[in-house]
Amino acid sequence: MTNTLIILVAVLIIAALVQITRVSELLSEIKKQDPNKVTDSNNKTQGILFLVVGSAFLIFVVWQMITWNHLLLPPASSLHGQEIDSLMKVSMGLILIVFFALTPLLFYFVYKYRGNKNNKAYFFAHNNKLEVIWTVIPTIILTCLIVYGLRTWERSMNPDLSQAKIIEVYAEQFKWTARESGTDNKLGKANFKLVTDRNALGVDMNDVNSIDDKVVREVHLVVNKPVLLKFRAKDVIHSAFLPHFRVQMNCVPGLSTQFAFTPTQTTAEMKEQEGDDFEFVLLCNKICGAAHYNMQMSFIVETQQEYDAWIASQKKLSEKLLTQK
Amino acid sequence: MSEHHHKETFITKYIFSQDHKMIAKQFLITGMFMAIVGMLMSAIFRVQLANPGESSFLYNLLPGDWINEAGALNPDKYLALVTMHGTILVFWVLTAGLSGTFANFLIPLQIGARDMASGFINMLSYWFFFIATVILISSIYVQGGPASGGWTIYPPLSALPQAIPGSGTGMTLWLISITLFVVGSLLGGLNYIVTILNLRTIGMSMKRLPLTVWALLITAILGVLSFPVLLSCGLLLIFDRSFGTSFYLSDIIINGEMLHNVGGSPILFEHLFWFLGHPEVYIILLPALGIVSEVIAVNSRKPIFGYKAMVGALLLIAFLSFIVWGHHMFMTGMNPFLGSVFTFTTLLIAIPSAVKVFNYLATLWRANIRFTPAMLFAIGTVSAFITGGLTGLILGDSALDINVHDTYFVVGHFHIVMGLSAIYGMFAGVYHWFPKMYGRMMNKNLGYLHFWATFICAYGVFFPMHFLGLAGLPRRYYTNSAFPMFDGLSDINSIITFFALTGAIVQGIFIFNFIYSIFKGPKASTNPWKSTTLEWTTPVERIHGNWPGDLPVVTRWAYDYSKPGASEDFIPQNVPLKEGEEEH
Repeated sequence: MTNTLIILVAVLIIAALVQITRVSELLSEIKKQDPNKVTDSNNKTQGILFLVVGSAFLIFVVWQMITWNHLLLPPASSLHGQEIDSLMKVSMGLILIVFFALTPLLFYFVYKYRGNKNNKAYFFAHNNKLEVIWTVIPTIILTCLIVYGLRTWERSMNPDLSQAKIIEVYAEQFKWTARESGTDNKLGKANFKLVTDRNALGVDMNDVNSIDDKVVREVHLVVNKPVLLKFRAKDVIHSAFLPHFRVQMNCVPGLSTQFAFTPTQTTAEMKEQEGDDFEFVLLCNKICGAAHYNMQMSFIVETQQEYDAWIASQKKLSEKLLTQK
Repeated sequence: MSEHHHKETFITKYIFSQDHKMIAKQFLITGMFMAIVGMLMSAIFRVQLANPGESSFLYNLLPGDWINEAGALNPDKYLALVTMHGTILVFWVLTAGLSGTFANFLIPLQIGARDMASGFINMLSYWFFFIATVILISSIYVQGGPASGGWTIYPPLSALPQAIPGSGTGMTLWLISITLFVVGSLLGGLNYIVTILNLRTIGMSMKRLPLTVWALLITAILGVLSFPVLLSCGLLLIFDRSFGTSFYLSDIIINGEMLHNVGGSPILFEHLFWFLGHPEVYIILLPALGIVSEVIAVNSRKPIFGYKAMVGALLLIAFLSFIVWGHHMFMTGMNPFLGSVFTFTTLLIAIPSAVKVFNYLATLWRANIRFTPAMLFAIGTVSAFITGGLTGLILGDSALDINVHDTYFVVGHFHIVMGLSAIYGMFAGVYHWFPKMYGRMMNKNLGYLHFWATFICAYGVFFPMHFLGLAGLPRRYYTNSAFPMFDGLSDINSIITFFALTGAIVQGIFIFNFIYSIFKGPKASTNPWKSTTLEWTTPVERIHGNWPGDLPVVTRWAYDYSKPGASEDFIPQNVPLKEGEEEH
């Protein structure tokens, strides 16, 4: 029924368009005009439309910035993330300035220089001075932006790892698992050939470093303590994305990747700030299959005491493998 | 070529035609058909994003097994739609539809040649494309559905049918289809280059080429240099999928099955893919910028400002596009130093891009603008190029990319800078050269209506996406409702879907105008836009061989608009210089 209606409406619309087109052509014929010649009054209408719609577009942009500002991610909850946020502010400020300068200029020119049969355009083919100016200025601005960007990148990518707590994050369709490196802060070796139902991460239990490793379903971090996340993937490419910490790294089968950062706010503090349902969450950000949209694990940032209590409650992998038959 | 005594039959004239103008129209119509298919797909997945898990009458367009018992779209088929939408729009519409149409149509006409260097190879190029199209469309209906791993088809997802159903037969057909597509575009591209370099008429020096031809030449060179890499990239994937090699696969357990592959790397695939993938962005964009340069100059009644700088900027963009592919891979765990290099080269592209924008603005300054529908779309392109280009400064900066990589911020960025700029450029080209293609005029008022409705809807769709991205929302999510942190974004999604559906419907105005005008539009005159370039010196009847008598001889550049001292506000390229007149 709906389908018939839709087809009917479509047919009616096409019929209406045909009639409108015919009428406009017949009218022009009566007026002895070429229907498709652009007249001065056309130019005026279109010029004004550019001014009006162009302004409306800019207002729409500002409206979005105001209305949706509260939906954006809160300020970074990590050390390097704060530097990224500063760089973001500078870059965003710059592109907004350029956007709000060039877009109105475009629409204004288009309106101002709308055609008129009595006017003649100004023959202006090139001007070397002008061209040099607007090549050099963007070059200088970009050089500054590149230098600032590369410094931030350099610092974010090369933090001091000597004190970092090592945690492995393991990705598979469609869940995350984590492995705490235990008291020795060393992850035991792992190999995909060792994966079984019980040893889901394929940890090599003959490696002495594996003995105190703990496999956990959520990651707990200590506030203001650096952490080094090491990523592995079981089946396809995934991407570990922790938007609140400004952390992202692909998890690639057959390749080990990593990302280090220092959380600066506890989950409890964030709940106070952002509301009770706040949670640091790990998302998958590389298309990985049907349930890609629902691949999550929580990250909990807490004080040292809280962490100690939690980690003590977790069983070692070696114990699990021995006891659970 | 000039001797055409033999009678053309229906088949040699309309189907296996070797006339570049007919081949251009074949590319255009095929491209438009694919654009409608791609657009319908996006309408369908936008409906799913606004009303996740609900049924919709639009789903009746889909094969039955894509829908679950409750009438909702299956999550893996959502990904199939996204993948096919991307593939169709990037390759079929904005590469073949845009370059194929305008390179074929404009190159011989604007350089003063009777046809392409090889009409036969040109015909082959279309028919490879046509077969690729048939295969791609048929892949929608096979068991498991079409390719579903994203248009970038990263393995292992695209290599393993166990990972997603679309990686079965659908993916095989995708790879065969894209292989034929690449063969077609290489044949076309070589032909374009040879034609431009060898068949220019007397006096048509490189310095007098219209900017459209420059853009099409550089595009063709980019294609010839980068598409073979995609081809080899795809062939290795075919080997991995079908013959047990391990180029891209290593250490994989899928559905409990341990695969034998070791030693390969999916990252190798990404490098090969993006070595095409980034130049591809400019393969899409440059023809549109070329068309826009031409349309803006003609309708501003002014020479394009800074012709040499415009050519230089095109060359620089093209060169840089080969050394920036790594910015798609900042998050793959590449050496941070390599990331720095790619950030550096990527942000450099902003310089020639800025020069182009300033030159467009300078062209509009003190112009006498005639608002044809083509001109409206050309201005739309400049606006989209500004809006979308700027956000590239965020994405190209590796440190900032960490948090916006693969989010809706990227989706907004590339849909505006590449999608809108290019599709507006394509519309501008169709409205502008329709009189030359079909000998009739398109309806002006419907063109105005089409532009304004499209312009408003397009920004309504893509601008809000930046905010989704800054809120951390990843792309390619079947629904945003699985994470409480995204609950606040459902309003934005509804707004986007509203504009997307409206925007899709208003394209009906264009399709109607196009078809109606082919048959019923008022007859065009020889040079309806009072343009200087050579295509407007050919007869309206569009004969094989283009010019009835001798080829025109060129004596001036393509942009003598409103030249001081001239009686008219344009001087065609084949009008000899007057005594004492300087070239420009």
